[in-house]
This record gives sequence, structure tokens and C-alpha cells, in this order.
Amino acid sequence: MIEIKDIYKNFGGNEVLKGISASFKPGKNNLIIGSSGSGKTTLLKCIVGLHEPTNGEVLYDNENFTAMHFEGRVPIRKQIGMLFQNSALFDSMTVEQNIIFPLNLFTNLSKAEKLDRANFCLEKVNLAGTNKLFPSELSGGMKKRVGIARAISMQPKYLFVDEPNSGLDPKTAILIDNLINEITDEFQTTTVIVTHDMNSVMGIGDHIIFLDNGLKWWEGSNHEIAHTDNKELNEFVFASKFMRAAREKL
Amino acid sequence: MFYSFGRYILLLRLSFRKPEKFSVYWEEVMREMVSVGIGSLGIVAIISVFIGAVATIQTAFQLVSDFIPKTVVGKITRDSTILEFSPTISALVLAGRVGSSIASQIGTMRVTEQIDALEIMGVNAPGFLISPKIIAGVTMVPLLIIISVGLGLCGGYIACAASRDVSTADYISGLTGDFNQVILVVCAVKAIVFGFIISSICAYQGFYTSGGSLEVGQSATRGVVFSCVMILFADLVISRMLL
Repeated sequence: MIEIKDIYKNFGGNEVLKGISASFKPGKNNLIIGSSGSGKTTLLKCIVGLHEPTNGEVLYDNENFTAMHFEGRVPIRKQIGMLFQNSALFDSMTVEQNIIFPLNLFTNLSKAEKLDRANFCLEKVNLAGTNKLFPSELSGGMKKRVGIARAISMQPKYLFVDEPNSGLDPKTAILIDNLINEITDEFQTTTVIVTHDMNSVMGIGDHIIFLDNGLKWWEGSNHEIAHTDNKELNEFVFASKFMRAAREKL
Repeated sequence: MFYSFGRYILLLRLSFRKPEKFSVYWEEVMREMVSVGIGSLGIVAIISVFIGAVATIQTAFQLVSDFIPKTVVGKITRDSTILEFSPTISALVLAGRVGSSIASQIGTMRVTEQIDALEIMGVNAPGFLISPKIIAGVTMVPLLIIISVGLGLCGGYIACAASRDVSTADYISGLTGDFNQVILVVCAVKAIVFGFIISSICAYQGFYTSGGSLEVGQSATRGVVFSCVMILFADLVISRMLL
């Protein structure tokens, strides 16, 4: 279980996160939603240690991750998989090498075992046979799926996903959502997804945290979101005519 | 300036932490050696031959006197090529070729979150990305400079054969006579220091890139400019200390 306690983050004089506390449920899709500039990605980066919080704590299974040095964090980081907004695949490596890379560094698996793992991960994301392609030869959706394959190659306990649907068409976006959902169910990962895509929110949002202007305004599930009377959340979720019409039908 | 210097030293310290797995780092070192060494061989060979030829022609032009033996041209060309032309000019060219490549490669990895991806995996990103480049720099730049010295002296021979200002026999006689081995030590020290300067400064500039493609280009430019200035400064310091 991941817990965050009273997280503040400043960049110079700009206070981006203003005391956020939450816990992320194991084996569930935990969504952090909010408008652009609300602090979603900054919060995610604080949780995984890419940003150091100005104040507050991040706990992984009650271990204070924030207080740890680089070496102390390595065992926890080996349990983390992350899909970045732009996939962040290593350009100089093939798809297969990208997936095998963490296995090369942190496991003593044989070459055949590593290849088996890579093929298993690629099959999971429906990209079997793309082993020898380079990232430059892949479409945006394929890059995301390879990113997911790399993220799950170490069989992570925690999966972090930053804007999985940005730049994708609606059909591919739903495919990526379903894939993340399947992985969460199958591997029982604690999945934390940053998004502002309402399809994701309504489709896979087991547990949702809504941020606005660096503050947490609401917490609940996708079933509860349509009936909330929180003004800020309503303005965000039902900003479009389509969503307002959909709410009236609920 | 002190902030940047401190950050540079800290980055170097992080770069030489114990590797997660030696074999993976070794592969990276080999890859970088090929990139720096084999990749730069062509340009180093071309400039070396021309520098040696030009040094010979200009030395011969300035020493037109019946009182000066022609063998002096070979001696001056040899000493100036080993002491200054090959190490310094090759290093300045390598700063442009290798340094800009290092800074832009690491800078691009930074802005496309590839370095973040390494850190998330628990990889010591400075160690994985920078230490192989520095090791490749301090090993391959000296080798390139040795080749440059050889080709520079060959360039001088070609110039003698072509111009006939100095006979090839006089040139060879000058090259082989009255040799002070200290200049080889100075050349070797310069080559190692220059290799370190090029790889570490450009890696530093790339690693702390922030923004987008424009900033990657700026980092590469800064890396090359700072490397060139530091190469010339180190050249002065080493010459003053060892000669």
C-alpha cells in the first residue's frame, strides 16, 4: 500500500502541491485527476521519487520512501514499473532490448529466460513479433504498449502511469485503459494513473483523487463521481455538453 | 560559477558509484569506445595529415638561411606536432565531434524522460550514462592522438616530397635526431586530460538540460564551448608545469 502524508512541493516561490494526503489501494486502479496545471504529474513524480517533496512523506508499505537515500530506495524501485507520458523508450535499443534492460541489470536470469519474459510481456500487450523494431518505427499507441511491457517486465508491485491516453485516438486510448486494467487485475498491482481523460475516469477509476490548484478536493470511485455535489469536481468532470447530457441520463 | 562547479563535482562522484552490474556497464564502455575511437578516426586522420604538412611547409619557409641546417625543419615539426598540434587541435576537433554528440545524446534522454525512466528502475543514471563516456574519452582520445602524431609526421614527409623545400632525407634525419622523451610524457598527459575534459563537461551539460529540443542544442553548444576553453586552459597549465 502507498500512502502520502501532507505533501507540499514548491518550485522557487511557486507552491504546486499544498498539503496532499491520500492512500492508494492495492490491486486497484487509483486515478489522480484534475485540470492541466493542477499538480497531478508533480504529485506522481513526488511519489516515485523523481521530485523530492518540500514537505511531507511518501510511505511504501509503511516504509518512509522520502527519508531514504538512493541506495535505500533501490529495493523499492525494483518493485516499481512506470509508463511515462511520452513512453520514454530508449531510442538506441530495440523493443526487446528495452524490455530486457531492467532484467539485465537486476536479475540473474539466463538469456533464454529473459527472452521468454520479453515475449510474455509483448504478448500481454498484443505486440508479439515486434521484438527487433526500434522505437522510431512504432506508432504512438505501440510505444505506449511497449512502455507498459517494459514496466511489467520486473513483475512490479506498483505501477505508475502518467497520462496514458495523451496523443492517442479514442479507440487506442480505450485499448490502453483496458490493458492497464487487465494488468492491475492479473498481477494485483497498486496502479496509480494520472489522467484528465473522462473515459478513463468512468471506465477504470476504482479509486479517484481529484486535484485542483495543488489541493485535494475530492476522493471516491467512478460510481460516486456522477452524484457528487463538489463544485470544483463538477466543473471539471461535466465541463462538456456531452458529459452533462450523460449525467442527466444516469 | 561555484554552484555549477560544485554540481559538476557531485555529478562526477555519482558517476563513479559501484555499478549495478559490471557486465552491462562493460558493454556500454565498449560501445562508447567504438563510437569515440572508430567514429572519430576519419576526421582526426584528415586534420592530422594536413596539420603536419602545413607545419612543415611553414617551418621551412621561416628557416630559409644558409646558417640553419635543413634537418631543423623535421625536428621542429616533430616537437610541435607531438607537443601542441596533435593533442590540442585534435582535442578541439574532438570536442566538436564527440562532445556535441555526448551533450545532445544525454540532453535528449533528459528531455524525453529516458533518464527519469532509468532512475525509476533504480539505475544510477549518471553512472550508467556518464562513466562509460568518460572511460571511453580518457582511453580513446590518447589513442587517437597517438595516431594523429604519426599521421602528422607523415603529412610533413608528404609536404617535403611534394615541395622539395626540404629533402625527405633531411626531414627524416631531423625527425629521428636529438629526441627529448619528456615531450611524449607531456603529449600523453595532455591527451588524457583533454579526453576527460571533453567527455565530462559535455556529459554534465547534457545531464542538466531542461526544456525541449532548443535547450538540447544550447546544451551541446555550451558543452563544446566550455570544453574548448578548458582544453586551452589545461594546455597552458600542463605546458607550464611539465616543460
